[in-house]
Amino acid sequence: MAEAKLAERPVAAAGAEVLTVNDLQAWYGESHILHGINFNVRAGEVVTLLGRNGAGKTTTLKSIMGVIGKRSGSIRFDNKEIIRATSDRIARLGIAFCPEERGIFSSLDVRENLLLPPVVRPGGLPLDQIFTLFPNLKERLTSQGTKLSGGEQQMLAIARILRTGARFLMLDEPTEGLAPVIIQQIGHTIARLKSQGFTILLVEQNFRFASTVADRYYIVEHGKVIDGFANSELSANMDKLHTYLGV
Amino acid sequence: MQALYAQLLVGLINGSFYALLSLGLAVIFGMLNIINFAHGALYMMGAFVAYFLLNLGGINYWWALIIAPVVVGIFGMILERTMLQWLTGLDHLYGLLLTFGIALIVQGVFQNYFGSSGLPYSIPDQLKGGVNLGFMFLPVYRGWVVIFSLVVCLATWFLIEKTQLGAYLRAATENPTLVRAFGINVPRMITLTYGLGVGLAALAGVLSAPINQVRPLMGADLIIVVFAVVVIGGMGSIMGSIITGFALGVIEGLTKYFYPEASNTVVFVLMVVVLLVKPTGLTGRAA
Repeated sequence: MAEAKLAERPVAAAGAEVLTVNDLQAWYGESHILHGINFNVRAGEVVTLLGRNGAGKTTTLKSIMGVIGKRSGSIRFDNKEIIRATSDRIARLGIAFCPEERGIFSSLDVRENLLLPPVVRPGGLPLDQIFTLFPNLKERLTSQGTKLSGGEQQMLAIARILRTGARFLMLDEPTEGLAPVIIQQIGHTIARLKSQGFTILLVEQNFRFASTVADRYYIVEHGKVIDGFANSELSANMDKLHTYLGV
Repeated sequence: MQALYAQLLVGLINGSFYALLSLGLAVIFGMLNIINFAHGALYMMGAFVAYFLLNLGGINYWWALIIAPVVVGIFGMILERTMLQWLTGLDHLYGLLLTFGIALIVQGVFQNYFGSSGLPYSIPDQLKGGVNLGFMFLPVYRGWVVIFSLVVCLATWFLIEKTQLGAYLRAATENPTLVRAFGINVPRMITLTYGLGVGLAALAGVLSAPINQVRPLMGADLIIVVFAVVVIGGMGSIMGSIITGFALGVIEGLTKYFYPEASNTVVFVLMVVVLLVKPTGLTGRAA
């Protein structure tokens, strides 16, 4: 019950709820990974899931995307229940996913990688805006996708989902393994996307990075959301946070 | 020299069939991870559909080139939906055994009704006769088979390597889960891909009908060589399977001229050598 209340915490700013996750449970084969996840995301927000390795953050994103075979509970997106929907249908409702491993295709060149995700609705960023955000990509369009540097691959993985018209982005550890200057660039990108009205659900280990972009945080532990607070309450929650994350 | 050119032509013709069939196998393997042993039976069905169209419906060769691949392709897609799709994620062996069983059933049914002897299928009027090239006499139909097969192979290569649809296919070969999470109906794409590969086999069957007659076991004889071709070329590569198909046809033809005793075994000797030296095939990726 404590978790259920968390999801309803009043939070400043932002619009209507676009994503509501209730008692989400998920399994990888026989192993039970999520034990009842509750949280919500409002339109235009950047919400970050924090937690230790293996807490269930990535599985939460994958469950929302519909790529985890066995899941139960409720996930409502734009007032539609999607807990049983297939991932291609979920994508077409306007959710786009940038996986932790980036998922750049080696048999496709950069241009093909960029143009791969189909446009699911109008309102995606035009290519010239994408190249303004990520000028490196424009120069490497004919390179094999996996020949890019790690940072460039991350940019490509983000860039390709901006074209599709999806307004709800899920980014799984976009800063992992990247140099500080590139992390900064990704931070600017997220801020820019937020100002353009994108809603972003972020999974991060890098708490310092998250604090520069997030409106709200949820703490995930052992497959449950155990706490949540707004960015404005951050300093008051610092001690708790250190305990949760073990940093 | 006349005899050499004649054998080279026979080699190119066989190479055309090898290329069309191994190309289909490569496309299917890439997307479904299934070694499609039913390929020879589906090739045979293509020839039979052409035969039925002509003898029961009076529909000519040119229509058969379109209709037979579509009909057999639909049959293949039904196989995929009802049976093959359940093997996703299992070892290659299961798909191989299942499709081998399907091949035996299909061939058995046709043998039951049509025996083992060949049914005649005549060359269409427009492609009868031949031209004297100066150094050899070229039957028009044989020239047509080589050129048409080459065009179809290259068109398939273009479709897969150079178009947006092909990009979906290649991406889904690498990571079907992610491609589906981008909003593409991957299961439907897999079914269509199987239909495409099977359609290529049926097309080869129609092309072969006027040359080799229409026989229930025509595919069973051919598919053994085609699998050797696939092993030599490597399973994963589209262009590799086309080139290897034509090249091995030619090598067979040359062997028939220079050392006829070995002409039926040269492909298998090469297969053994390739397996020992480079088990993934000349152009292939690890399976």
